[in-house]
Amino acid sequence: MSTTAAAPAPGASREDLAALEERWGERPSLRSWFGTVDHKRIGRRYLVTAGFFFILAGLSALAMRTQLARPESRLLSPQEYNQLFTMHGTAMIFLFATPMLFGFGNFLVPLMIGSRDMAFPKLNALGYWVFLFAGLFMWASLPFGAAPNGGWFAYVPLTERTNTPGLHMDVYSLGLLFLGIATTAGSINFIVTALKLRAPGMSLNRVPLFVWAIVATAFMVIFALPALNLDNAMLFLDRRFGTHFFDPGAAGNVLLWQHLFWIFGHPDVYIIVMPALGIVSAVLPAFTRRGVVGYPLIVFAIVAISIISFGVWVHHMFATGLPRLSYSFFSAASTIITIPSGIQIFAWLATMALGRVVLKVPMLFLIGFVVTFVLGGFTGTMFALTAFDQQVTDSYFVVAHFHYVLIGGAVFPMLAGIYYWLPKITGRMYHEGLGRWAFWLVFAGMHVTFFPMHLYGLFGMPRRVYTYRSEPGWDGWNLVSTAGSYLLAIGLLLVLIGVLHAIRRGRPAPPDPWGADSLEWSTDSPPKPYNFPVLPRVHSLHPTWDEASRESMGAGATRDRILADGRRTLLTSELDGSRERVVEMPEASLQPLVLALAMLVFFTAMLVAWYPVAAVAAVAVAATIAVWLWPPRRPERELGVQP
Amino acid sequence: MSVRAATGTEALTTELPVGRSTGWWGMVMFVVTEATLFACLLGSYFYLRFQYGGPWPPDGISKPKLLVPLVMTAVLLPSSLPVVWAERGIRQGQRWRLRAGLAATLVLGVTFLALQASEYAEKLREFTMTTDAYGSLFYLITGFHGLHVLVGLTMIGWLLAASLRGGSFGAHRHERVRNAAIYWHFVDLVWAAILFTVYLSPRL
Amino acid sequence: MPVDTRRDVRTRSGPGRRRRQVLPAVVLGGALALTGCSSGAPSALDPAGSGAGRVANLWWLLFWLSMAVFAEVMAVLAWALLVRRRPGTRVRHGQPLRFVTVAGAGIPLVILVTVYAVGLRDLAALGDDPGPRAPTIEVTGHKWWWEVRVQGVDGATANELHIPVGEKVRVRLRAADVLHSFWVPQLMPKTDLIAGEVRETWLHADRAGSYRGQCAEYCGTQHAHMAFLVVAEPRKDFDAWVARLAAPAPAPRTDAQRRGQEAFVQGTCAGCHAIRGTGAGGRIGPDLSDVGSRWSIGAGAVPNDGGHLGGWIANSQTVKPGNYMPPQPVDAGRLPDLIAYLQSLK
Repeated sequence: MSTTAAAPAPGASREDLAALEERWGERPSLRSWFGTVDHKRIGRRYLVTAGFFFILAGLSALAMRTQLARPESRLLSPQEYNQLFTMHGTAMIFLFATPMLFGFGNFLVPLMIGSRDMAFPKLNALGYWVFLFAGLFMWASLPFGAAPNGGWFAYVPLTERTNTPGLHMDVYSLGLLFLGIATTAGSINFIVTALKLRAPGMSLNRVPLFVWAIVATAFMVIFALPALNLDNAMLFLDRRFGTHFFDPGAAGNVLLWQHLFWIFGHPDVYIIVMPALGIVSAVLPAFTRRGVVGYPLIVFAIVAISIISFGVWVHHMFATGLPRLSYSFFSAASTIITIPSGIQIFAWLATMALGRVVLKVPMLFLIGFVVTFVLGGFTGTMFALTAFDQQVTDSYFVVAHFHYVLIGGAVFPMLAGIYYWLPKITGRMYHEGLGRWAFWLVFAGMHVTFFPMHLYGLFGMPRRVYTYRSEPGWDGWNLVSTAGSYLLAIGLLLVLIGVLHAIRRGRPAPPDPWGADSLEWSTDSPPKPYNFPVLPRVHSLHPTWDEASRESMGAGATRDRILADGRRTLLTSELDGSRERVVEMPEASLQPLVLALAMLVFFTAMLVAWYPVAAVAAVAVAATIAVWLWPPRRPERELGVQP
Repeated sequence: MSVRAATGTEALTTELPVGRSTGWWGMVMFVVTEATLFACLLGSYFYLRFQYGGPWPPDGISKPKLLVPLVMTAVLLPSSLPVVWAERGIRQGQRWRLRAGLAATLVLGVTFLALQASEYAEKLREFTMTTDAYGSLFYLITGFHGLHVLVGLTMIGWLLAASLRGGSFGAHRHERVRNAAIYWHFVDLVWAAILFTVYLSPRL
Repeated sequence: MPVDTRRDVRTRSGPGRRRRQVLPAVVLGGALALTGCSSGAPSALDPAGSGAGRVANLWWLLFWLSMAVFAEVMAVLAWALLVRRRPGTRVRHGQPLRFVTVAGAGIPLVILVTVYAVGLRDLAALGDDPGPRAPTIEVTGHKWWWEVRVQGVDGATANELHIPVGEKVRVRLRAADVLHSFWVPQLMPKTDLIAGEVRETWLHADRAGSYRGQCAEYCGTQHAHMAFLVVAEPRKDFDAWVARLAAPAPAPRTDAQRRGQEAFVQGTCAGCHAIRGTGAGGRIGPDLSDVGSRWSIGAGAVPNDGGHLGGWIANSQTVKPGNYMPPQPVDAGRLPDLIAYLQSLK
């Protein structure tokens, strides 16, 4: 099913290819490195940067596990431990999970829908720079001992100035507000790209499940993130300017923080897991040799989850003593949200049972995902029951639960995705043996680390303690967890080595090493800057498996899908993917970087209270946007101006 | 729309009315997320009010007077009309309508901000944002909206500046006008919700 | 022997409890096998009262249902991996939507409705008011200790509260500074302490013993050392405890104790701590009127003995870094007197 590498597709002539290369290619230079708007480069940067933050957050976790290996250990001071666990959680959620999946989305969505870039390439570049700067902004506080230390959900009044003086929580609130710009921009970009830039013929019922998942995620971000932004803005105002939003002594209320936080926070769990489940649906067909069972059911499940996830936030507040009636409602909603996940799991299981399973490394990680995520789902359902939740919430049981969900449900699919798309991203194959070792170490390490947490959580050990007194059942199992965490770290190190090995020594990858079904496999590995010499015409849900779609890129290609006389791609209609018009795409530009730098200056100045500098930076932000969007001059006649 | 018309030079450099543009969707999504932010903000107002339980506004702060806010409403709500008129104009290539309409909106918007400043001057004598949570809410909600008006006015002013130069807008290129108009209508409509929440609801 | 149980944080659990935990241990490949060895831990699986007892039963129901569904998932997975990978296996292209709907939505729905109903019943039971005649204990969470009072009694103690066996006791919860959470795994699930509000829960123990509780809401630097002890004892011992709370602290009996009291009342101690019946009336730190009988120093930081007490007074920052008691400039000569006096307060 695979074609030979690098052979020009017969659909486009040599002249066309040369013209496309001329228009889209970016010559290596400092300017193009800082100014690139290529979604593939930006996607790769997201993946690498998120991976870097993952390593930092992972090392924080190792330090914590080392401290907890024995009771009453004095390796870390409580102040250090509390900063580490806060940064671990905050970074894993905000700086690793979502950006990593946005990285996959950035790289893959245009390729999967048969486009040449994202809808707003410059905005995409801006999103990356803002993410990078916000991440560095937050991590930079750690060496100064000023890192956030109020837990990743930063409950007031602990995080108010009276209880946590210093910059700690200002770094948190400003850092997340800064990062929110990137996440919102990225989400809008995904939505518009998926709505408008799909290849002709890709009607909604032919959109790959991964793209569905990314779009649903983006919609959740659009509706959930404002709650977090507002919360952080109010926290910052309370801390810095003496407002009283969370001050019960002045008509404020501490639970307002929790409501707003979890209105964001629970959808955020699905914001993290949903695209990862999309990866599962994308990877599975290649290793079962058939399409995923129940496409409409899975689309339904994705949509249902993204809606219901907004109605379950109070289950994070089951111990705060709200009225029992509200608990009954939120308990029911939290129970029901299991159903769509169950549908997806059994759709995948049915796919495996009907297909022919090919046990390559990505598939191993998918199987690891099923086992782990299902276990995390069970404990998740348990947390929907208020009475049980009140017993085990804020104990190590909940730590076990969400690591099963997030490592099982997000990290395993990501690792599957890394091995699966590595040939497409780097043009090189990974080492299968190394990958298998990595899988078994990661899988074993994950369960050895986190399974015992269920136990000592039930045995009464609360979370977020920097040390503990020896209790029966605590000491031994904590030691097991610590041992497991080192095993997990070694496994993840092997993943990193595997990636580096592939880049440096891997054998060149053909365009379609897996015989997979989606469009990214019908172009070169790695893809040319213009992605497709001929934009495909899509005839089915599995375009690379279907003759007509493949041929649309071959000899039968019409000129209007080559678009070689400009930096161009196609816009199609939102629902049925019928062609509307050709658009000119923006070229590399330093404006995104300049804008992100101006924002960085703004947020840093706010942090250290240099308000005049912040004001200047705000003007610089406005000016950069004004220049960015300034309409280029055109002849009056062409614009259609009446005299 | 024939293929040639859709791929020709003119279609590339200008915006023929074929389907929704990416810019339109982008602005709509942006407005949706902003609207959610305002919904959370107004929701927080009611949450704090009803959790507080006592007389509202608390601490003997008097109920907000209605005269100035109603004048502000009378200035801001109609300010959408010149934008609509301007946008319709430029769609027909009438650049004078674009310029005149934007200028009218600019005047109305600046008047709104001036009224808000005068209202603040009076309110600040009675309470500030550090008085209690009510004060914090009042200044955050109205201030945040005022900031949006300022951003909207910047966009309008920017459009006006671009339209004064030749070669910016015409019947075939007016997407920036439409997107800025969407934002302005949004800022306008949000004010109605704020009027109800901050000024009218304490009287209910 | 209330004193004994107070000293010994661990409780014994019956052999029946251990037997119930054997089968799941087998199911999980021995992972839970050591549950039996955990008896004595403040374990939610070793309940000693009706509140935690209900939740433990709910847990076993959820556990077995989960195992059943897990077995179902593993069976399909095993089929796919073992049978469907045999050479010559042909890919089938059907769309078994009915299987997906029944296994993924239908069966889970039945299970979920069932457990939801059971969970609702338990929630209602946990929310029951203990009734107007139940004693009320007022607990206030401070960074990082628990202030304990009995309603209608003037005195206070810290990090330890007593309840009569077999009776429901109302616990009224307040937060002095930040959020905390009141959790005694063997007796009752958590209730948060919310700044600016009052929350209520209750405790009930059906056997005498000492049950460890701990703050379960992250509350800052020393969240790790914010434990407390619930002592369940016969009604007359409980009444005696309440009477002790109302009475003045025992007067010093030896010269050393007298010198110690003098040092306490005239030194910096009294600025923050109170001892009933003396001039010491500080309200910042815990009331020390019965400090000699407590199970620990620093809310579970170290055992309560002379050495640790001396170390705590001299510089508690080495024991519980970040707590609000500054190092005390006490003469080395007077420290033994102070320790002798404080240890006599029981």
